[in-house]
Amino acid sequence: MAVCIPRLLLALFAVALACAGVDAAYQPGATEGHTIAGRIKIDAAITSAKGFGLPAKTSNTKVILNGGQRVTFARPDGYFAFHNVPAGTHLIEVSSLGYLFSPVRVDISARNPGHIQAALTETRRVLNELVLEPLREEQYYEIREPFSVMSLLKSPMGLMLGFMVIMVFVMPKMMENIDPEEMKQAQEQMRNSPVPSFSSLLARANS
Amino acid sequence: MAPPPPRHLLLILLGFVAAASLATLAAAMYEDQVGLADWHQKYIGKVKHAVYHSQKSGRRRVVVLTEENVIASLDLRSGDIFWRHVIDKNDPVDQLSLSLGKYAVTLSSGGSILRAWSLPDGQMVWETNLEVSKLSKPLLHILSNNKVAKDNLVLVAAGRWIYAVSSIDGVIAWEKEFSLDGIEIKQVLQSPENDILFVVGIAGSSKLNLYQLNAKTGEVVKHIQESFPGALCGEALLVSRNVLVALDETRSGLFLIEIKGESISYNKVHLSDLVQDLSGTVKLLPLMSNGVIALQESSTLSLLKLKGIDGLEVIQSFEQPAALSEALTITEKMKLLPLCTIWVLKLNLLSNLQVIEDGLASILDVITSELPVEKDGVSVANVEHNLFEWLKGHVLKLKGTLMLASADELAAIQALRLKSSEKNKMTRDHNGFRKLLIVLTKAGKVIALHTGDGRIIWSNLLPSLRTSKFGEIPSALGIYQWQVPHHRVMRENPSILVVGRSGTDSSAPGVLSVLDSYSGEELNSLRFDHSVVQIIPLTLKDSSEQRLHLIVDSHSRAHLYPRSPDAISLFLHEMPNTYFYTVDIEKNVIRGHSLQKSCYLSFDDEYCFSTKELWSIIFPSDAERIAVSETQKMNEVVHTQAKIIADQDVMYKYLSKNLVFVATLSPKATGEIGSAAPEESWLVAYLIDAVTGRILHRVTHHGAQGPVHAVVSENWVVYHYFNLRAHRFEMAVIEIYDQSRADNKDVMKLILGKHNLSAPITSYTRPEVMVKSQSYFFTHSVKTMAVTQTAKGITSKQILIGTIGDQVLALDKRFVDPRRSVNPTQQEKEEGLLPLTDSLPIIPMFYVTHSLQVEALRGIISIPSRLESTTHVFTYGVDLFYTRLAPSRTYDSLTDEFSYALLLITIAALVAAIIFTWIWSEKKELSDKWR
Repeated sequence: MAVCIPRLLLALFAVALACAGVDAAYQPGATEGHTIAGRIKIDAAITSAKGFGLPAKTSNTKVILNGGQRVTFARPDGYFAFHNVPAGTHLIEVSSLGYLFSPVRVDISARNPGHIQAALTETRRVLNELVLEPLREEQYYEIREPFSVMSLLKSPMGLMLGFMVIMVFVMPKMMENIDPEEMKQAQEQMRNSPVPSFSSLLARANS
Repeated sequence: MAPPPPRHLLLILLGFVAAASLATLAAAMYEDQVGLADWHQKYIGKVKHAVYHSQKSGRRRVVVLTEENVIASLDLRSGDIFWRHVIDKNDPVDQLSLSLGKYAVTLSSGGSILRAWSLPDGQMVWETNLEVSKLSKPLLHILSNNKVAKDNLVLVAAGRWIYAVSSIDGVIAWEKEFSLDGIEIKQVLQSPENDILFVVGIAGSSKLNLYQLNAKTGEVVKHIQESFPGALCGEALLVSRNVLVALDETRSGLFLIEIKGESISYNKVHLSDLVQDLSGTVKLLPLMSNGVIALQESSTLSLLKLKGIDGLEVIQSFEQPAALSEALTITEKMKLLPLCTIWVLKLNLLSNLQVIEDGLASILDVITSELPVEKDGVSVANVEHNLFEWLKGHVLKLKGTLMLASADELAAIQALRLKSSEKNKMTRDHNGFRKLLIVLTKAGKVIALHTGDGRIIWSNLLPSLRTSKFGEIPSALGIYQWQVPHHRVMRENPSILVVGRSGTDSSAPGVLSVLDSYSGEELNSLRFDHSVVQIIPLTLKDSSEQRLHLIVDSHSRAHLYPRSPDAISLFLHEMPNTYFYTVDIEKNVIRGHSLQKSCYLSFDDEYCFSTKELWSIIFPSDAERIAVSETQKMNEVVHTQAKIIADQDVMYKYLSKNLVFVATLSPKATGEIGSAAPEESWLVAYLIDAVTGRILHRVTHHGAQGPVHAVVSENWVVYHYFNLRAHRFEMAVIEIYDQSRADNKDVMKLILGKHNLSAPITSYTRPEVMVKSQSYFFTHSVKTMAVTQTAKGITSKQILIGTIGDQVLALDKRFVDPRRSVNPTQQEKEEGLLPLTDSLPIIPMFYVTHSLQVEALRGIISIPSRLESTTHVFTYGVDLFYTRLAPSRTYDSLTDEFSYALLLITIAALVAAIIFTWIWSEKKELSDKWR
């Protein structure tokens, strides 16, 4: 383990992929195949810092080779291994509820036994060591926004009230801005045919 | 007169409306909504092996291994699942045992993978790979060691190899290969002193070899070989220190073998002398007690006591034990019989727990049924009571929204929402949310579940699909709607059709059952004199509203059901227009057929029709192999034939029920991902008209590999495959449009319904089609795909993707629109077209299953509800999950979230404002008059 990205960055999960240095990611297989060995690293800091999401549990973390050809589980320390894998290009997927892992392309060269190359397919990042970390934490639920005046105003009822308020308070102000000449004309007209007041309207409706 | 409304006022109004509409764009669910419309049920499947485990303190547990390849730890009292692991189908688990009282050890993949699971939490502790030959049946034996905290060895024997693995860290302690020719290890036994292992191997068929090994080092201490007159089947038990009991090849006799120093002496006992009515396969069960063996046949368990080497005597026999706990060792000096009784009682408890659960983990097919109509009116008092409760509930909810509620009140709100008795009623509701999900399981059991809470309404194990005494194993095939009453026959209950085979072979005669949807009673059952290869539900209904079904047998003859004169006269009208196609994956051929009157064989059977091959598409086997063929769902409804695109242009969808999507792969590409190079693998996608066999479109994806999953709906296909060049999964879309009507573009006519769309469409005219396609990267492997279905087809579609992580992701169809471009024009943006991205987004909030997993996900189905915006989604695997989805939000009804109390308050505020204004205005008028 040589260079490690600071914890803070991990917590922000901006870059979640990880530490350089060569660990024993390979062993020549006993017979025809090779062994792909790696490690899953779910940082507890991410989970606890955010306060939501599921507790970091590796007990249900599955590691899937080639879209379901073989499935294995992670050990308590996160290590996993596939044995007797033929040379070629393979795909490893990690399924862990609450986290999004990028699939990993693993090249096992036939000519150069034991040489294994790995790269994340999502970000095309080359891994020097098969340490898989989640790209991000999956948050399955929408967060309920705390009550705010704005949300109340945005509701249809709030809009109705808002419109009423505008009509009551803003409209008279606008009337003032109108050209006095026009105002006078309008008042003239009003005098000629008096606009029924609100109360008389209601009274008329009652009768 | 009011002045004309100034412009900025309008702008403010617009702003409000925009803000309001934006507020409703949010998509996912809130955490407190879990369980309101959805339910999740966990199952483990039918138990095939159970290991009982008791701790000195704490709860009693049983570790089980099931036919669905699940290992689980259950609470013996309540049946709760402590933990559970679904192991992949490629990795079948054969053996299960406990070690040191803290690990469950499983042996899988024919003895090559040995795993240890921590008993309290199910965490995998270690995994060891062993080199064994896959042909032999592997054995798992854990050395019992009474000394606490000392390492126990786990022994795995297969073929001629025996391994000893440390149970603490999984390291191989020693391994031993027996050099004798053709030897196969049949049994590993342990001497009571723990330090000597007896390995029983059979070379040839009658040579018994007994090795005695040092348990610590694996060295051979002693080797004895003996030839027997009859062959042995390999099952053997060490009954006492030096007596071995072995079953012979026919499983009808027992050899009692005594080992005396260097020599072996034996005696043969016939089982029929001991136990009456032997039936089925006889097995020997290990029961570690001096001189007692247990013998299991198909239905009974007998306990036999050894009387020296000369004979055996039956002590007791039990009927129908479900699973046997082999790990139960009798260490205390208890009397055998009472213990056995307790033991069987416990097993019965265990079998009771699994009575319902075994079926639901292995669903084959699902349909839905409406619930009965509510008949009685609701009494007034009931309404009043409800009204008060209703108002109280809403005031509570309002408190919740205004953040005024205390913790207790919040809990009350949640309980209120979850309880809502409304959703669990046994009657039909206005929105069609309450339905019966009728599922058919592998074992031939039909179970009806309520969509409200997933409870079982009825279940029926069909007698016709039950394993018969003659040993034939019937297999269920599918479940169909038989009678869906409308109009005249409204009073009758709907019924369903279950079709199965009386054997596993495809030429075995079929069986048919008709069940009442409300009660599950079998109304009718029939045994065909022909086989069942394909079942074609027709759209026709006879006068009693029974659906017509065609059943095609292995001789390509079609049989019409129901067999009624009414049905036949209806069908004869439609027969010239009935076509069907068959996909023969083995021969790599797709064939189209039509029907002809009368069979060749039975002229008097007027319900039997012969078929004529109309067309066939033969794929060259060296270049292409059929991987998947997919067609639309029968019941899909399409609302509009035309699609109006941004520049006021109209495109006509090519809508045909006969559209078949076929994907073929190059022979190399059919294998697993690591097995082929990009140059030698390709995928060819075809769109074929099933009536004429015309290939409407063909596209090749070079460097693509299976597995392929596809979904067809309306005029589009979405399929998922692996791109070897980019080494990522890809999802491609093909949309097909009818070009022949492209000139016919009068939008006004279209709106007014005067457009000439009613021109008959026939498959025989050569269609001019235009095809658009696009492909995108997709992160996950896919297990299954489906598309949402709604009642009228107006609501936009979502593609439901079952991912490798056993979750279901709802992907909006807008993301897979072939018209997406990198820089959409202003008009296209207005239309809602998304800019093109190279990969499809995975938005965690669009997981339909939210934070749950449907273990071993196998199928997703979507059933329309009566409310256009909403659809039922049911997913099944080992678990079941049901939810309701609204792909374009519930635009046609108020959601549960709607706050009635807030509405009431607003109305009250408005009324108060009116009154206030009235009084104020009257006062003003009065003062004006005084002036």
